[in-house]
Amino acid sequence: MSDLRETPLTGLHKALGAKMTGFAGYEMPLQYGLGVMGEHQHTRAAAGLFDVSHMGQVLIRHEAGYGGAAQAMERLVPVSLLGLGEKRQRYGFFTNEAGGIRDDLMLTNRGDHLLVVVNAACKADDIALMREGLPDCEVVEVTDRALIALQGPKAVDALAPIAAGCEIMKFLDTGIFTSDYGELWISRSGYTGEDGYEISVPEAQAEPLARALLLHEAVEPVGLGARDSLRLEAGLCLYGQDIDDGTTPVEAGLSWAIQKARRRGGEREGGFPGAEVILDQLENGVARCRVGLRPEGRAPMRAGTQIFGGETGGEAVGHVTSGAYGPSIEAPMSMGYVAASHASAGTTLYGEVRGKRQPVRVAEMPFTPANFKR
Amino acid sequence: MKYTEEHEWLDQDGDIVTVGITSHAAEQLGDIVFVELPEVGAEVTKDDEIVVIESVKAASDILAPLDGEIVEVNEVLADTPSKVNEDPEGDGWFFKIKPSDTSPMDDYMDEAAYKAFID
Repeated sequence: MSDLRETPLTGLHKALGAKMTGFAGYEMPLQYGLGVMGEHQHTRAAAGLFDVSHMGQVLIRHEAGYGGAAQAMERLVPVSLLGLGEKRQRYGFFTNEAGGIRDDLMLTNRGDHLLVVVNAACKADDIALMREGLPDCEVVEVTDRALIALQGPKAVDALAPIAAGCEIMKFLDTGIFTSDYGELWISRSGYTGEDGYEISVPEAQAEPLARALLLHEAVEPVGLGARDSLRLEAGLCLYGQDIDDGTTPVEAGLSWAIQKARRRGGEREGGFPGAEVILDQLENGVARCRVGLRPEGRAPMRAGTQIFGGETGGEAVGHVTSGAYGPSIEAPMSMGYVAASHASAGTTLYGEVRGKRQPVRVAEMPFTPANFKR
Repeated sequence: MKYTEEHEWLDQDGDIVTVGITSHAAEQLGDIVFVELPEVGAEVTKDDEIVVIESVKAASDILAPLDGEIVEVNEVLADTPSKVNEDPEGDGWFFKIKPSDTSPMDDYMDEAAYKAFID
């Protein structure tokens, strides 16, 4: 794995006996001793610690402060950033001229500048896009910090002794905390459907902080395997799999992330790449949409499974983009795209698994109820 | 006990051979969430894909190690696929086959050879 990059926590993963794998150019833990199922269940019951340092942390500064940076960034994302309160975080995506999604990201109003967190696989492209698209801003990649996600109902118990005050934060609040581990940039967010935090920490302090959190009886390390089943149960998209440059936010069921101010008739309507396509879809609907799928049998329907309207014959009406066994729902689950005519919850469709069509029901997502601190 | 390069174990008792996967294979697959077994009475040919195993990581196939008739399958695995992880070389067996020809058994590895194979 010599051509893979390491994170500040790679040594810790190996010391903890993780099975390592290549992901988005990084050597990352796939699972530790508990295994994928055990790590998944532990996160929902207590707290899991995830290394997400491979993701990109980028600061966007403008001479006119946050307002300038927000206004500039609105040229690249269909999100209301001028409407984002100080120390608040919001989900969004970069779009292309066809209305497709270039990447999804988290955006934070840090008072006098904007902080974004982007996917590892898209990091270089995103930074190039921002440097080109925001000539009036300074775009600075943060390369001396690690990022740790602490997720689960007991995450607060483990973090509060280290970052006093983090316990009163609400979902999508953010703050800068001084701690024994240097300056921590904390958000109450994550990608598991559970309450929890994402913690940006100076790289030299990353392993001491992770070890301190792991000393808490509620916390176990969790790898990419369980991260995937947790996010899928929570109905959350994985970029490159469930959303990509050929899917629009409306098709992907992410219209909720496009605030009124950016829609037709809004104060700052459009003005982002692909606005015509996306705003038109918001008004007139789409031909296919992302749905949750619950196979009736026990066999998971994995990515690439073709979905049909009937038990025999006919053309495919869609396909699966993510599929796995859901340890908390104790059943297989998938998400994918189907024709809008077949997308109502409760519709029975058929997925072709190993040459046989198996019944699968269109289901509401998330598959597990979200457990955020509202 | 005999072992195949596909990480199956074969336990012969008279004219019946019980087949499962090794502890090593179960560990590599991770938590098993679904097992599809052949029909009792099915006539199978060596190297037919007769069992499907889905783990939290991926789907994999188990090949028939011998020609013969499936005389019993481990029904418990339909509802409790995790048995394969708990006791792969015992209660987590997959099927029993009545081979029409046991000669391939001689080519399969013994325990020492299998241990060397996975090292």
